Amino acid sequence: MSHNSPSAAAPALDIAGLESVYETLASAIDAVGPDKTELFLVKLALLSARQIGDAQLLATLVASAQKDL
Amino acid sequence: MHQPHAQPRPSIYYRYQVHAPWLASAHPAQPRHPVVIAGAGPVGLTAALELARQGVACVVLESELQVSEGSRAIVFTRRSMEILQQVGVAERVSENGLPWRCGNSIYRGQRVYRMEAPHDDDDRFHPMINLQQQYLEEYLIDAALAHPLIDFRWGNRVAEVVQEADFAHVQVDTPEGLYTLQADWLVACDGARSGIRSAMGLQMEGASYEGRFVIADIRIDLPLPTERLAYFDPDWNPGNTILMHREPHGIWRVDYQLPLDEDPQDALRPESLKARIDAQLAMIGFAGTPWRMDWSSVYSARALTLPDYVHGSVVFCGDAAHMLPIFGVRGANTGFQDAQALAWRLALVARGVAPRALLATYSSERVGAAREIVEEAGKSTRFMAPPTRGYRLLRDAVLSLSLSEPFVGPLYHWRTSRPHAYEQSPLNSTHDDNALFEAGPGHGAPPQNVRLGAEDFLLDHVGGHFDLLYFTDGAAVPAPLQATAAAARARGLPLRIVAVGRGSGPVAGADLLLQDSAGRCRARYGVAAEGAAYLLRPDQHVCARWLALDAARLQSALDSALAISVPVESR
Repeated sequence: MSHNSPSAAAPALDIAGLESVYETLASAIDAVGPDKTELFLVKLALLSARQIGDAQLLATLVASAQKDL
Repeated sequence: MHQPHAQPRPSIYYRYQVHAPWLASAHPAQPRHPVVIAGAGPVGLTAALELARQGVACVVLESELQVSEGSRAIVFTRRSMEILQQVGVAERVSENGLPWRCGNSIYRGQRVYRMEAPHDDDDRFHPMINLQQQYLEEYLIDAALAHPLIDFRWGNRVAEVVQEADFAHVQVDTPEGLYTLQADWLVACDGARSGIRSAMGLQMEGASYEGRFVIADIRIDLPLPTERLAYFDPDWNPGNTILMHREPHGIWRVDYQLPLDEDPQDALRPESLKARIDAQLAMIGFAGTPWRMDWSSVYSARALTLPDYVHGSVVFCGDAAHMLPIFGVRGANTGFQDAQALAWRLALVARGVAPRALLATYSSERVGAAREIVEEAGKSTRFMAPPTRGYRLLRDAVLSLSLSEPFVGPLYHWRTSRPHAYEQSPLNSTHDDNALFEAGPGHGAPPQNVRLGAEDFLLDHVGGHFDLLYFTDGAAVPAPLQATAAAARARGLPLRIVAVGRGSGPVAGADLLLQDSAGRCRARYGVAAEGAAYLLRPDQHVCARWLALDAARLQSALDSALAISVPVESR
């Protein structure tokens, strides 16, 4: 990994938790529909950012997400 | 009039033998049969062999005159091998199959996830072994033909079933026309397209997925190990998934997903197959390597089960009872467990030793297992072939992330078929010490194998009857336990006392003595003190365990295990 992993500090997301997030997000995207998906995901990113509470960390996450698109 | 295909099927590695049909005109009139099995696939044959081993005669009806077309089921799990060992064919599968334990997921040329299934020194069999279904069927048929209690009939197709109060008339179509036989029980192992299930109008519950896969077997020389290979979203097949497995005889299975709008018949045209297989070979660095097609078919993922497997005198087993996605090798591997779970119960009910209520627990245990598999397989299927835009976005995000973020790797896990633990089974004892054990297989769990010697394992010695594993360093099984066991046997219950000793002398009253000199068996079964015991059902699953066994609790566990309801005051 090229950045300092946030998982070292944050509570670990176990495999069951990861699978649950996967299902929740997929169902939510289907529920909001194609027109509103981007808006929904950006709102979710902002809510997650507030929860993370660290703008610099968020910038690293943004860089990670931009890779390999 | 039933006219099965009478020419050997084409194959570049398997020599098909066409057998003569069984004709009623060449045989005397028949009495009512205790059990008739429809379908001689791996599931029907395993059920037949288990029943025969447990002393119940059966007729096996196979509509074709030869074994299955194409390789079909190719991956068998350790638990399947343990079941096949019980019916006497595991050795031939081991001799001819390719064992493996690792799976790889590949995206943009990078291995983004690798799974290594554990292989314990206490296990006799590898986590997986690959063998084409034709060979497995051949071995099972050889075993069935060698058994005097199995009446095997090629070219016999079930045409109609009429149920009476406690038996069924089975009308069978053959190349000379129809005949009727009577059966106390008809076991439908006639596969995913079960004619018996359709004729009875039974509906399955669950989901069907749109994604279709081509399954192609090719002969090619690839210098790659026997491991599962899964390729995601390659340039030649955007958004879709490709699976590759090595099979014996230089054959490779290539499964690739089709674009949603493609007609399956088009996809099976030779030019279409060739272009895609060439593209896949080029992508993995083997462009131009010569290959030859053996067999191809189209498959779509379904995750469906009947809500009940017992309907009057008709019992469903294997794909006839449920259709499960191939991801995670859940077809035949689930079916073997069905066959094993059914056979011992049917044997005891057919022999009048246990009430019909015992068969209802076959249904509840295996429907429960199928529903759990449907749930798990749904996750793998939604990853392999995303059914909606939301699932596709999530899957694609995981693919992209996985190139730099290993934490998403486990989402590639395809959740391989595993033996089901019947934790809530009504057959489990309610008066034992299950909850007090700190280790070892608990209620309803499949057994833990233990190495007893260089080529000697615990599971070589148990199954086909109830086994009481009695852990003792004494010289005798206590007399009250011997008396309870003897009384059970006198009622027709097959029960053996297997003393697990500590390397000392013989144990009086035991039917079999296994030596556990190093204490390995005690460690794996969480046994801390002598006098502990496990009761294994004939399918080897645990139904009771005690820290210190006494005769009254043994009796209670035996009654529970047979679904015999005991009046409260006598408990």
